[in-house]
Amino acid sequence: MEFNNTQAIYLQIADYVCDQVQLQHWPPEGKVPSVRELAVNLEVNPNTIMRSYEYLQQQGIIYTRRGLGYYVSEDALRKVIALRKEQFLQEELPQFFRKMFLLGVELDELKARFEKFKTRQAKA
Amino acid sequence: MIISLQHLHFHYRKAQPVLENVNLSLAPGRIYGLLGRNGAGKSSLLYQLCGLLFPTSGECKVMGYEPAKRLPAFLQQVYLLPESFHLPDMNITQYLRLFAPFYPSFDHDAFKRHLVAFEIPREQSLQALSHGEQKKVLISFALATRAKVLLMDEPTNGLDIPSKRQFRKVIAGCLEPDQCMIISTHQVKDLDSLIDEVLILEGHGILLQESVSRITEKLSFRQVMSLEESEAPIYSEGALKGYVVVAVNRQAEHSRLDMEMFFNAVMVEKEKILSLFQQ
Repeated sequence: MEFNNTQAIYLQIADYVCDQVQLQHWPPEGKVPSVRELAVNLEVNPNTIMRSYEYLQQQGIIYTRRGLGYYVSEDALRKVIALRKEQFLQEELPQFFRKMFLLGVELDELKARFEKFKTRQAKA
Repeated sequence: MIISLQHLHFHYRKAQPVLENVNLSLAPGRIYGLLGRNGAGKSSLLYQLCGLLFPTSGECKVMGYEPAKRLPAFLQQVYLLPESFHLPDMNITQYLRLFAPFYPSFDHDAFKRHLVAFEIPREQSLQALSHGEQKKVLISFALATRAKVLLMDEPTNGLDIPSKRQFRKVIAGCLEPDQCMIISTHQVKDLDSLIDEVLILEGHGILLQESVSRITEKLSFRQVMSLEESEAPIYSEGALKGYVVVAVNRQAEHSRLDMEMFFNAVMVEKEKILSLFQQ
C-alpha cells in the first residue's frame, strides 16, 4: 500500500479498511486481520494500526470479541457509506464548490451532466 | 518507564561536553526515532544506555539497572546494533553458536525467518557477504535476541531499496509490548511509518520529545501553491509544485507528519515550535 503525503497514516489505514468492507472483501461478522498482521503487511508501527482500529471501533465499523480480535460489524457497510458520505459533504464538496465558483459554473449546467453520468453508470 | 536518564552529563574532554543535563523517560512498547545533526551525540547517548560509555555525572537507569555496572542480567536484555561493525571470519551457524547463548530469550526460529526475509544464504562465510548483507545478518540477530531494549544506530544505512521495505516489515512484526526500540537515523523517509515518538538531540541535550500524534495535533503539514493559501505558516520549503509548509494546526486537521520537514523546521524555528509544545 502506498501512503499519500497529506493525510495522517492512521486515517489512511482506516480508509483502507473501509475500502475492504465496501468492496465486500471483508464480509460482515468476518475477522479483521490482527494488528500485527496488518502492521507487517502495510509496514507500519503496530501502535498506528491500533489507533486505526480504535477509530473504526468508535465509528461502529469493527468491534472486538474478547480474546479473539477484531470483527467486521454486521451493519458495517451501511456505516462506511454514511461515514464516507459525511466526509464527502464536509471535505470534498466545499473544494468542489470553490472550483465551480472560480470557474463560474452554475448548478443547472451540472445537472444534465450528472443525469447523463447516472444513466451511463446504470448501464455499466 | 524502561529507560530513565536524569541530569546526565558526559564528555570525552572537559572543554567539550557531548551530553549536558540530559533528562529522558522512555516507555516500553514503543519505537523512538532519535534524530539529530552529525556529531549531536546520538551514538554517545545510545552507548550510555547499553553500558559502553559511562556518565560523567547524573543518573542513567535502564530496566532498573545501571548500565555502567554491566551486570550480565542487564546485558542479556539489551542489544546495540552499531553503525559500523566488524564480523568475525566464520559462517552464520558458527556465529550463532558463539553469540546467541548470551541472550537467554534468543529466538532461533525468528532469526531463520528474518534471514529468509532478507534472502541471506545461511551457509555463507560472513566475510564473503557484502556490507549490506552483513548488516542484514546483524539486524536479524538483533531482533532475534528479543532484547527488552533494542538500540539501532542508522540501521538502514547500506541497505538496498527492497531491503528497506523488508526492514520495515520485520520491525513492524517484532515489537513486543514490553520492548523499547530506539532507532537513530538520518534516513527519516525510510522509517517514518514505524516511529511512535520523535526525540531530537541538539545542543548536547534532548531538545524535543513528542509523539507523532501530538506533533500532528499541534502542527499541520501540507503542500500549497502559494504561501498565502496557508494559515499561520511557521516554516516552508519551495517544491516543484508550490511549497511544502509546516503550519500551526488551527483547523484540527489530521495531516501526515513529514519528519524531514519537521526536523528542518525545528532547527530553523526552534523557539516558535518549542513554545507550541510547551502549552
